Amino acid sequence: MTKNSKGMTLIVKTITRLTVGLILLYGIYIVLHGHLTPGGGFAGGVIIALSFVHLMLAFGKEVALKKVSRPIASLFESIGALMFLSIAVIGFVGGYFFLNFFINKGTPFKLFSAGIMPLCNIAISFKVGAGLFAIFVALVLLKIDSEDKER
Amino acid sequence: MNIIPLFVVIPLGSAFLISLLGKRIKGLPDSLANLGTLLMAGLSIYSIFLIKEVGVQVYKVGGWTPPIGISMVLDGLSSFMLVTVNLTAFLITLFSISYMKKYTAKWKFYTLFMLMLGGMNGVIITGDMFNLFVFLEIAAIASYALVAFGIEHEELEASFKYMVMGGVASLFILLGIALLYSLTSTLNMADMGRVLTAQGPSKLVLFVSVLFLVGFGLKAAIMPFHAWLPDAHPSAPAPISAMLSGLLIKVLGIYALMRIFFNVLGAQPAILDILLVLGTISMVAGALLAIGQEDIKRMLAYSSISQIGYIVLAMGIWTPLAILGALFHLFNHAIFKSLLFLNSGAIEYSTGTRDLREMGGLNARMPLTGTTSLIGSMSISGIPPLSGFWSKLIIIFAAIQSGHFVLALIAILVSVITLAYYLKLQRYAFFGNLQDKWKHILEVPFTMKLSMVILALICIMAGALLLPGVREIFLKPAQDALYAGKDYAATVFESIR
Repeated sequence: MTKNSKGMTLIVKTITRLTVGLILLYGIYIVLHGHLTPGGGFAGGVIIALSFVHLMLAFGKEVALKKVSRPIASLFESIGALMFLSIAVIGFVGGYFFLNFFINKGTPFKLFSAGIMPLCNIAISFKVGAGLFAIFVALVLLKIDSEDKER
Repeated sequence: MNIIPLFVVIPLGSAFLISLLGKRIKGLPDSLANLGTLLMAGLSIYSIFLIKEVGVQVYKVGGWTPPIGISMVLDGLSSFMLVTVNLTAFLITLFSISYMKKYTAKWKFYTLFMLMLGGMNGVIITGDMFNLFVFLEIAAIASYALVAFGIEHEELEASFKYMVMGGVASLFILLGIALLYSLTSTLNMADMGRVLTAQGPSKLVLFVSVLFLVGFGLKAAIMPFHAWLPDAHPSAPAPISAMLSGLLIKVLGIYALMRIFFNVLGAQPAILDILLVLGTISMVAGALLAIGQEDIKRMLAYSSISQIGYIVLAMGIWTPLAILGALFHLFNHAIFKSLLFLNSGAIEYSTGTRDLREMGGLNARMPLTGTTSLIGSMSISGIPPLSGFWSKLIIIFAAIQSGHFVLALIAILVSVITLAYYLKLQRYAFFGNLQDKWKHILEVPFTMKLSMVILALICIMAGALLLPGVREIFLKPAQDALYAGKDYAATVFESIR
């Protein structure tokens, strides 16, 4: 029991083990189909972050932080923002900031269509997912710090 | 390539680069932030001449034509504000190089700083109502974090208060924008102005004006909405205090107020009267509250409320001369209030205190800080020939010209009170006998000195901006753009073609 004593009960852990991958996949699906169906980078990013938050709630912070540590989260957040900005700046090639620079924009309602939109969605999902996870981690770590002081 | 989007791209890009690499590469945050702000200061000065040659420029983001797409508008007023913001921001980053050494996470500071700057530039340059709100939130949220940068008890409390008040303000602004959108079915500011002109006057516009007055009034800390400012501005590190007091309240509050009230909604007599009253109250009460302060930065914060009162008063008078006075005072206040806050930072850097009663005779050990602070103080109190004198003179002339004799008298009296509390500041901090415990303090490092000296020089020289020939380049286009009122829409649509 020593190894598994952190986190919630066995029932929660088992259910989490089954669902966490599905939640992550669903988040990725929402991001990639952002230009076709409701949802998009923000909603998908939130769902991706929630899958890790789920992991943290069920198994304790060590397990989740082993998968995605705080520096990694902040790295992804910066990369997401820079990626979004770069997509906007590449538009200057065609003369305009935020220009949809793909000449062949594909068939509407297919996965590979709409030019820069899917790329923007992916960038936003990085930013939002990593940002939300980082906020949750910050709250958790702050809580533990204050509990340590009280003891 | 058009320079207009660069005002948003450079600060945001450098902010994210600093957050990505700043921790690993030493020296990158300093150099990138300074380079970025210097570049933007150069570009904004270039934009003045661009406007002189080409006229108003509208940039179509993504190649979509307004009012369908988002537009960025560079006119006289935007370019004037860009110069004010970016020039001051560059001098403040120069000051931060040495000052911020005592804090551990310099790169976090620069990330938030550049985000805030990007937000402010965005507010100035955008031609789209909702974009204005988004950029306003970027700048405001970055500033909440910056106020809490020291994470001591006092700073967190100030930041929380500021955040609650700022959140309420944003809510009012968002509600106003939503109502305007429902009325006009467009978010482009020029198009909104055109639709509103076509629809004629309505009660809803007046209601929206009140919402905006509360929202932007909170951001600008006009008197009944000022309660957060005296806590928030002194708590931040000195460069941020300079940034908040010198620039943020003007861009998020005054500039947005001017742009929306005069260029989109059109100058309504009822609103102008309210501005007159609020301006006078802030002017008087800010000055009276400043006299009793013992904390040097708190005194400066109350002084900001008082000086914002002058600008709002001049906006309420609404004659070409008054607008010139308001804009010129806005520029001057950005310069000398930043200078004074940087001076207070220099004192804190050397002595470690902000309490006026503990200082005294600092001129002996810190002559340069003392001299520049004297110049800043005299300029803000309106001593000729420094810059503050000219802008206050114009505002008082404009008040007399339009028949507001009492307001002119009050403005003169407040100027005297201003002189009184700045003399108190000088007397307590720099004159008198040096206390024993300050015998061995040193003058601040070179970059801090340089930044203060340049700001003081601008204080001395800024009166020259009124000279014929110079005025036509810098102040006149801004004055014309603002006083054009609802012709803004026609100007913008003309330059799209």
